[in-house]
Amino acid sequence: MGEVLVKTSGIAKEFSGVRVLDDINIEIERGEIFGIIGENGAGKSTLVKILSGIYTPTEGGVSFEGTDVSIGDPIQAKAIGISMIPQEFNLIKELSVYENIFLGSELTGKGFLNKREMKSRTVKLLEELRTSIHPEEKIEKLSVAQKQMVEIAKALAHDSKLLIMDEPTTVLTQNEISILFDLMRRLKDRGVTIIYISHKLKEIREICDRVMVLRDGLIISISSTDDVDEHEMARKMVGRELSQIFPEKTVPSDEIVFQVENLSVKNTLNGISFDLRKGEILGFAGLVGAGRTELAEAIIGIRKKESSSTVSVKGRRVEIRSPIDAVKNKIAYLSEDRQGSGIITAFDLINNITLISLPSYSRILLDRKLQKEKAQKYVDEFNIRAASLRTRLEFFSGGNQQKVSLAKSLDPEPEVFIFDEPTRGIDVNAKREIYHFINELVRKGVSCILISSELEEIIGMSNRVVVMREGKVTGILEGEHINEEEIMFYATGLKGVA
Amino acid sequence: MAAETARRRFEYEKYGPLIALAVLFIISAIASPYFLQTQNILNILRQVSYTGIIALGMTFVIISGGIDLSVGSMVALIGGVVIFTLNWALGFFGRGGEFWAIFLALIVGVLFGAGLGSLNGLMITAGKIAPFIATLGTMAIFRSMALYIGSAGVFRSQSSLYPELGMGKLLEIPNPVVVFIGLAIVFSVILNMTRYGRYICAVGSNPKVAKYSAIKVNLTRFISYAIVGGTAGLSAVFLSSRLNSISSTTGGLNYELDAIAAVIIGGTPMTGGSGSMFGTVIGAITLGIINNMLNMLGVSPYLQGTVKGLVIIGAVLIQRKRSQ
Repeated sequence: MGEVLVKTSGIAKEFSGVRVLDDINIEIERGEIFGIIGENGAGKSTLVKILSGIYTPTEGGVSFEGTDVSIGDPIQAKAIGISMIPQEFNLIKELSVYENIFLGSELTGKGFLNKREMKSRTVKLLEELRTSIHPEEKIEKLSVAQKQMVEIAKALAHDSKLLIMDEPTTVLTQNEISILFDLMRRLKDRGVTIIYISHKLKEIREICDRVMVLRDGLIISISSTDDVDEHEMARKMVGRELSQIFPEKTVPSDEIVFQVENLSVKNTLNGISFDLRKGEILGFAGLVGAGRTELAEAIIGIRKKESSSTVSVKGRRVEIRSPIDAVKNKIAYLSEDRQGSGIITAFDLINNITLISLPSYSRILLDRKLQKEKAQKYVDEFNIRAASLRTRLEFFSGGNQQKVSLAKSLDPEPEVFIFDEPTRGIDVNAKREIYHFINELVRKGVSCILISSELEEIIGMSNRVVVMREGKVTGILEGEHINEEEIMFYATGLKGVA
Repeated sequence: MAAETARRRFEYEKYGPLIALAVLFIISAIASPYFLQTQNILNILRQVSYTGIIALGMTFVIISGGIDLSVGSMVALIGGVVIFTLNWALGFFGRGGEFWAIFLALIVGVLFGAGLGSLNGLMITAGKIAPFIATLGTMAIFRSMALYIGSAGVFRSQSSLYPELGMGKLLEIPNPVVVFIGLAIVFSVILNMTRYGRYICAVGSNPKVAKYSAIKVNLTRFISYAIVGGTAGLSAVFLSSRLNSISSTTGGLNYELDAIAAVIIGGTPMTGGSGSMFGTVIGAITLGIINNMLNMLGVSPYLQGTVKGLVIIGAVLIQRKRSQ
């Protein structure tokens, strides 16, 4: 046993009288990578928010390096050496990379900002992360993965002893994940302790020394990752054996219901062609930046298509210039950016679900009763856990928000449904529910496009897989060719014409 | 757990302004015996109805995430056009047609207002100019046009019947107050029970989600500016009919401030996304009572702006505390 860096004794946390965390006793050693897993709402984020000073515990205390500490706010946490990389980025998009990294702790010389020093340190930090981002680049110009790297660099800049990472890999590609893990191992060697929260059990096993399972605010187990396999972790998380996560694939009909030919978007997409059959799940794989979301946005009219592009629904050419046209042509899109473009968090459940299909609930005045009935139907069907139909979505967990977002896109009764990362950042149970829901849709004859960065998901769900790279389709895989290796060959440009 | 806090917060948001008004009302009643007299109450209501009517339209604009600074100048310009129309129509319809001349002037006032509002709306949506900047520009333009066509003087009506519109009463309640309350009810129905109401909240709350949800974001915003223009037109008609004239220099001066203040005091957040017509009515009346009390207590009129300003800042402070 090494030296204990952080120790919690009997931590509990209540919100409005409800105990979301209870009796948490953990000891984490210096230089350890400590994994925390659990379903959404299990209390993972609450626990790390207590450690990083965002919440104060209702009961219990924290000791750090052997002395009891009360961490009142994130600034104090930072001062004693605890940094957190949040799930939602905390970067100011108008500022540059180096300005963000040194925000609040700017280096000065003679009262003026020492920009040169800050820039050179930024370069050094980013080099350590093996990322080539220019220190003067504005945050808004960066990809999601690059922003993640900047967040990590920001935490490293403060010489942290304890680094808390809350689901850092959800937005990273395989390649970026291995760079991150490499870095984590080097930090570990330097004696930095890391608390690592993730939904990806495989990653937990790969990178963590020990893993703690939380369920309903309680510690279920703490064990060495050598002693538990992914299956057991999942079982402990949900408290029962998980039946098969992916439903059985259905056989689509031969009828082509949706066709895209030579679709191009200036500087982004180049001559994309594919067709979609009735009742088919067509997977879209590729690395971050391959242009899959951009393709979806071009299809539904958010991005302007070049005039050579054609989109046909049931053999008839259609012009889709805006999401309004997309809805008219029975095309639905579930955005990857749930809170940015999927749901209105300030709206309640009913008002979100009926937002797209509102015309069907009104002549002059809105039919409140009908809306309520419809919302209730979705709540039952999707097993949405809500205190009431009038609860605002900001109080929902990620998984439940996603289900509402689904219900909202589904209410206009689409025939083509584009899913963009439908299970990002939600727990195993909710994931499974969403897979079964997609499966049920295709059984009813809806055709689905499934964009996902999780290969397992693409392979487990799709009838065929389109692989994209740098704005082009590099391959369309069928049958036995749908496997991890083959997809990566096309995605990285080892196979197929890019 | 979450739902409970949500509900508690919601109630507070809904009734906060009303409670503030009730407290103010009680204090006023104690401070001055004259305050509670029916005539005084009706006076307060009449005084606030001119800016109150505009505040109702402004509520839509602010919920949509915008602002309209030009409404005060609009009132002067529309007032001028209304008086011109009235005088012309008096000649056109002859002696027996005075009622129809007034009716025509009223319609022209509202439509011309909606037209000026549409101009703002076009610049903001099609021209992608920030609402603050666009309406700051038209605020100067509309006032200068009013001054130009009125030679910086007063537009006078030649009708003897016209003041009846602004001075008349329905069941002892002054006409402008009837219109103010009636419009509040209609707008409240639009806001809470129609598609447009839902869309304007969606656009103000998250325009990107609204766009992805097949909502005509620009049209929704455009309409809100047309509506506030229409309410400025209505206000201009009642203001000019009360005096049977309207000044191109002081007509509607600073109305935008009172209208925006009423909306904010009424609990509609400046950031948009939600709001209440009922709250705006409360906000307008609150401002009116404050003015009335300061007058009765003999506070210098020069100091009244200070009090008004403090109330606005206080309301925003309370709002910010709430949202934290």
